[in-house]
Amino acid sequence: MAAMTTSTIDRPARAAATRRRGRPRIWRGAVLALAACYFLIPLAASFVFTVHTPGQGVSFEAYTALLAADGFTDSLLLSLSLAAATIALALLLAVPALVAVRLGAPRLRPVVEVMCMLPLVVPPIALVTGVSTVLRWGPDQLSRTPLYQTFLAVQNEEFPLVLVLAYTVLALPFVYRSLDTGLRAVDVPTLVEAARNCGASWPYVVVRVLLPNLRAALAGAAFLTLALVLGEFTIASLLGFEPFAVWIVTISGSQARMSVAVSVLSLLITWALLLLLSRAGTAAATAAPSRDSSRTSRKEP
Amino acid sequence: MTALSQPPTPVAGGASRRRRRRRGPRTHLAALPLLGFTALCFGLPVGALLYGAVTRTDPDTGATAVTGEHLARSLQGPYLGSLIGSVQLSALTALIGSVLGVLIAQAIVTSRSRALRDAALTASGVLANFGGVPLAFAFIATLGISGVVTQLADLTSLGWNLYSFTGLAVVYLYFLTPLMVLVIVPALDGLRPQWREAAQNAGASGRQFWLHIGLPVLAPSLLGGFVLLFGSAFAAHATAAALVGGSVPLVTLKIADALSGNVLVGQENVALALSLDMILIAGLVMAVYLPLQRRSARWLR
Repeated sequence: MAAMTTSTIDRPARAAATRRRGRPRIWRGAVLALAACYFLIPLAASFVFTVHTPGQGVSFEAYTALLAADGFTDSLLLSLSLAAATIALALLLAVPALVAVRLGAPRLRPVVEVMCMLPLVVPPIALVTGVSTVLRWGPDQLSRTPLYQTFLAVQNEEFPLVLVLAYTVLALPFVYRSLDTGLRAVDVPTLVEAARNCGASWPYVVVRVLLPNLRAALAGAAFLTLALVLGEFTIASLLGFEPFAVWIVTISGSQARMSVAVSVLSLLITWALLLLLSRAGTAAATAAPSRDSSRTSRKEP
Repeated sequence: MTALSQPPTPVAGGASRRRRRRRGPRTHLAALPLLGFTALCFGLPVGALLYGAVTRTDPDTGATAVTGEHLARSLQGPYLGSLIGSVQLSALTALIGSVLGVLIAQAIVTSRSRALRDAALTASGVLANFGGVPLAFAFIATLGISGVVTQLADLTSLGWNLYSFTGLAVVYLYFLTPLMVLVIVPALDGLRPQWREAAQNAGASGRQFWLHIGLPVLAPSLLGGFVLLFGSAFAAHATAAALVGGSVPLVTLKIADALSGNVLVGQENVALALSLDMILIAGLVMAVYLPLQRRSARWLR
């Protein structure tokens, strides 16, 4: 509009210039505002839903009653211990393999990469059909052999080891990607040789030289695994266990308000963890690039 | 716990030479646990899945024969419908999510505000991980039958229903769009301003720039992002299970039903065959995605 009222000499050029400068700004603001609405409204609405009962006013009962709720602490503790075990197992398996591949077995590298990436091709629901088929073999065919005891131990209600194994498989692609980016920023052979020449033992090299250099990558891998395990529903529910995510669905029928409250809380916890992680990432400047790439990998939706 | 407290290892010439010779096999050994683990915990279930999908065991005689009937049945009637439903939902949400993600990413990249960029990327990282059960409940509290926004805007009278194909698409976009933002921001950063200036100096309009330079450079990243979104939406089970139960035909829900025995007895093998179908589709997706990702990485250096 402004361009039309100015002098007529260079009107087209001026109009074009205004359009070029003005339009993107409006366009950008509109896009960002709409996106903010779409992403913030569900969060705000969920919070309102948990604290406001129509006709009864505001109360924080859904949050305060949480700790006393039946099964809350049990399922949360189960999920957290599963997460800890999964993180430990995934890192224990992946770190030595990836370091070894860089140090002395480059020919194994494609094998390790394919092995770690394959689980991406198998959706969790497909994996669980396979797992339950294998578990069904137990009573059918192995009931007389000592292996049967292993099958029972793996499915222990208190601490279902089978879930740890399945989650580790699901987490491997993300752990691999995070660690691989971290290792790419570090010259592993030189570091190891320097440390060894100074007389350091192998455990010392790994614990005091390699792992500190991989801190951000390890934190990224651990965060993604934790997010994956805390939110995992498919495998646990189909195998009949009740960790956190399954518990939320179980109580949703009778206590809708509380299930939404727990969902909001779990988002806040994820947010806090990610902030913590990026803090750890900036502290260890060497492996900073691993942050961005590890964020793009994700847990089961 | 300093270097001094560690007993110095003898590094005599003979010892180190012996170590060098031993390093090859020893580094191989460090990769073995990972390979063994994936072979057992990933290979065994997937092997069982394949075996069960293509064989049939006669309950009377116990004889096992190879058959294609499960696969054939998984491609008929309601099962085929669920596969098509899943593909449609995934393709639609991936397409919309890609477009929205690119628009948001472009708005983030072109804005000069560092704070906005950091906040948006962190938020994307969290929201892309905010799938599954909590997301479903957040949307039930927002747009469900007694949801806050539904009641405020009286959406029910407008024909809104969260527990439908459209509703599910709106929910899926909540985690797919941030994922696209994360994937595409590095690619948009890779579009150098010099290219745009060169194009403008050569007399190209904005449209021509995007048509002949921007889009061709971005194409692999765009397509790769689309495929990644498709794969995520296709494999999603928890969100749909917590949200719609069974009212929208999706292959993941059908598999879960068949596994937990909600349908006729003897459907387990159809569940396995459906899982195999899913693996094939997901494998196809990955086969498209990985080369594209490698190609797009070329421009991002």
